[in-house]
Amino acid sequence: MDIMDMTALQLSTAIKKGETTAIEATEAVLAQIDAQDKIYNCYVTVDAEGALAQAKAVQERIGKGGLTGPLAGVPVAIKDNLCTEGLRTTCSSKILHNFVPTYTAEAVKNLQKAGAVILGKTNMDEFAMGSTTETSAYGVTRNPHNTEHVPGGSSGGSAAAVAARECFYAIGSDTGGSIRQPASYCGVVGMKPTYGTVSRYGLIAYGSSLDQIGPLTKDVADCAAVLTALASHDEKDSTSIAREDTDFTAALTDDVKGLRIGIPNDYLGEGLDDEVRGAILRAADVLKEKGAVVEHFDLSLVEYAIPAYYTIAAAEASSNLERFDGVKYGYRTEEYAGLHNMYKKSRSEGFGEEVKRRIMLGSFVLSSGYYDAYYLKALKVKALIKKAFDDAFSKYDVILGPAAPTTAPKLGESLADPIQMYLGDIYTIAVNLAGLPGICLPCGTDSKGLPIGLQLIGDCFQEKKLIRAAYSYEQGGEPA
Amino acid sequence: MANIINDETIEYVGILAKLELSDAEKEQAKADMGRMLDYIDKLGELDTDGVEPMSHVFSAENVFREDVVTNGDDRERLLSNAPQEKDGMFVVPPTF
Amino acid sequence: MSKQYETVIGLEVHVELATKTKIFCGCSTAFGAAPNTQTCPVCTGMPGSLPVLNKQVLEYAIAVGLATNCDITRYAKFDRKNYFYPDNPQNYQISQLYLPICRNGGVEIETEAGGKKTVGIHEIHMEEDAGKLIHDEWEDCSLVDYNRSGVPLIEIVSEPDMRNAGEVIAYLEKLRQVIQYLGASDCKLQEGSMRADVNLSVREAGAEAFGTRTEMKNLNSFRAITRAIEGERERQIDLLEAGESVVQETRRWDDAKGESYAMRSKEDAQDYRYFPDPDLVPITVSDEMLAKIKEKQPEFRTEKMARYKAEFDIPDYDIEIITGEKPLADLFEAAVALGASPKKASNWLMGETLRLMKEQEVDAGDLRFSPENLAKLIVLTEKKVINSSVAKEVFEVMFAENVDPEQYVEEKGLKTENDEGALKKVLEEVIAANPQSVEDYRNGKEKAIGFLVGQTMKAMKGKADPAAVNQMLRELL
Repeated sequence: MDIMDMTALQLSTAIKKGETTAIEATEAVLAQIDAQDKIYNCYVTVDAEGALAQAKAVQERIGKGGLTGPLAGVPVAIKDNLCTEGLRTTCSSKILHNFVPTYTAEAVKNLQKAGAVILGKTNMDEFAMGSTTETSAYGVTRNPHNTEHVPGGSSGGSAAAVAARECFYAIGSDTGGSIRQPASYCGVVGMKPTYGTVSRYGLIAYGSSLDQIGPLTKDVADCAAVLTALASHDEKDSTSIAREDTDFTAALTDDVKGLRIGIPNDYLGEGLDDEVRGAILRAADVLKEKGAVVEHFDLSLVEYAIPAYYTIAAAEASSNLERFDGVKYGYRTEEYAGLHNMYKKSRSEGFGEEVKRRIMLGSFVLSSGYYDAYYLKALKVKALIKKAFDDAFSKYDVILGPAAPTTAPKLGESLADPIQMYLGDIYTIAVNLAGLPGICLPCGTDSKGLPIGLQLIGDCFQEKKLIRAAYSYEQGGEPA
Repeated sequence: MANIINDETIEYVGILAKLELSDAEKEQAKADMGRMLDYIDKLGELDTDGVEPMSHVFSAENVFREDVVTNGDDRERLLSNAPQEKDGMFVVPPTF
Repeated sequence: MSKQYETVIGLEVHVELATKTKIFCGCSTAFGAAPNTQTCPVCTGMPGSLPVLNKQVLEYAIAVGLATNCDITRYAKFDRKNYFYPDNPQNYQISQLYLPICRNGGVEIETEAGGKKTVGIHEIHMEEDAGKLIHDEWEDCSLVDYNRSGVPLIEIVSEPDMRNAGEVIAYLEKLRQVIQYLGASDCKLQEGSMRADVNLSVREAGAEAFGTRTEMKNLNSFRAITRAIEGERERQIDLLEAGESVVQETRRWDDAKGESYAMRSKEDAQDYRYFPDPDLVPITVSDEMLAKIKEKQPEFRTEKMARYKAEFDIPDYDIEIITGEKPLADLFEAAVALGASPKKASNWLMGETLRLMKEQEVDAGDLRFSPENLAKLIVLTEKKVINSSVAKEVFEVMFAENVDPEQYVEEKGLKTENDEGALKKVLEEVIAANPQSVEDYRNGKEKAIGFLVGQTMKAMKGKADPAAVNQMLRELL
């Protein structure tokens, strides 16, 4: 088997058996990046030298029996909003063009403990604000299935890198669908765990109450293994949760008998592409044939999730991004007259359009006289949405639907109309508002050959049900 | 469009957010923000009387650290990203 | 001035808590380190860093709330206060607006007229301090030091219950005393560990509605506070008398010039966009937590005064002075516990200590000598190892550098000469050298003995017990 065709788990097994080494795998994937990334632009920064050094060190430890985990020696790509000590971290923004973190994000540390080899930092929508990876200051990333199309976003570089085999797995972050939607567009597996499962320490915040780190992988087994490595209770993150059972690989069983699956009618309505709808319903049939109980139901409030999300995320972002001011790190404008002019020029020149749009909106909805009408109202709607999910999960183990209304749009089609772009997040956003886990996995392609993603949503802390359902579907394949 | 964002509002938000927009950007921002607010106004359709605003999804509370010094001198690294530094401090335009 | 005016004053008092570490990270709060050496990603606003609350901060805040009769908020949260300034690394300050930890309290003060009055406390909230800005005159820029960034503060917001500078000072002294007793802060105005912003308005005597208020900052001594209050009262009355109106604004007091000026700028919108900090989780104060903190509350001044009265035979006036400053009371009790006589310990504190504190402008919190050394000094005098004038001399050195009095007396050879043979020898020499005085004494002139004692002390370089000299002299004569 060609190394590049291996999943992360297959590679680590091969390394353990001595069939290959971490060094060989790293060299192979670096060659792949070298050959292809001029086209796809998955990476903002490739750390070839560092990766090889890590591979040598990791291989040595594996040889001595010091590293035995399922990800030992496997090269990984990290989204460029996760801090990596000594390795430039830009959030795909000009304002952090030269920022070299002095510490490593807890999630990345967890991977390092598991023996990961970090290849570099992947492209993304600037500060994770976008759904196409077109708002990056470092160029667009192209969808490996068709380079005329976007890879989705904001973790577009990570999803494309997995699809283009420029890494064995990747890490992304998901604030409103930013792992699941690009996974859907790129035909890979992506998972956003329950809020608080993976430490946010070292993740450069967009919407703090919504952000969660998760894996992008070639298959469901890899996804479970990576999530197992990522999850930890971190005392440096007050919102991190001490979970008891985080061996998600234990859920890799091909068995959905009796699993209650609900399909929201609201997720199949107007705006959904017919080919996507067809693929989703066929996937539901596969699970049904394997013994799951599948029903349609009304989730309600779906159309309110987007305005609530954009109010909350923009408000938090406007505050989170205040620290980028040209004083301590990052971009400072060349010429300025006084302090406030320095702030304004540095920020206006350093941030891109979409980021500025959301900062302005967020500042406005929090400003004097508007806080109650917008921000507080959105938090109340969030409570109602959470309640709607609570009701649904009293009846179902898993909610099934699409991850996005369409397959990957063409480059340049989305940014012209922001609201239209925001509407593309309709099936993913509510999951973040309610703090739920969600997984997206491939369920076929459309007539243009572009991947379609199946989204499964679980109740809080029920990742294992999702992994079991996803794994079972993956094993069963598509019905003819 | 129900929400008309005027020049003053954009100017004011610019002061709050420390953003300086060109005239063209201002016009675009006025239109964009107006549209977004119209869209957000949709939330007004929902009756939320008596609903508690939910900032945290989980009932996690009382996360503390003990009062023990864990950090040492990290100045050199702190300043390694500084656009401008002097005598171990960050340099900014005069504030006095 | 044709009309009578009443001044209405409320205070916002910031107190730096005496924790070892900052409010949201494990950096030291120790004073005086080189710039930026007590920092980490959290307190310098590094991207991706997150805050975690120091438990001691919450406990101190609740303790102060209980001691000032506040209701403790059982479900409290932190909010972000957003404003751009370089001393504020995140460009938002983590504070509390919507659900502060303490509310609706008050303390009793004594007014100048001798009556009592309660000053209400609207709320107490926890927040983080900002860094320090230093002006570099050579290069016309400012330098930022984040060592203070993230040092825990409580802000105590009073009701507008004070009517003159005297009441303000009495309120501040009361707060300082209570907080010092709790050990929650040293409350030093000069060093900035206690800072007061004054909200002041004036209204015609008898009017019900409040006038427009201003807020004055940069007041770092009681004297500055008093002067700023008088100055601002006059400025506002002058405006009203001239038919103008007071503008609600923040003003900075310049104590050197004796005037204040408005701090507003075009870029300063004063719209802080508070919202609950999503990086921190809510605080719930359980009955158990509250009971534990209550249990740990120390003996406050009133209780201490009553106990001193019952336990120690010292004057009421001494009790009042000693208990007025927690460090003095601590010194007193520790010295007594080490065996010093309460009366003597009190005398040293009331006499020499207060004299030197005043002379050298030393705060009670900065006293250097230890209770051990004070107790030793008292024992040395009681055992007549040294006489009282030598003791004062030794105390001055102790006050300056906390020397061990036993060692010091030994090294400097200050012990009283207790060898009777040696004393007798000196006395005989003095008698022989002063026949006229001896004659006078024998003729009944009592004063002459004083002269002879003085001569003997001089001959012995002060190292004799004057009473013993006096007695032996009389015997010899």
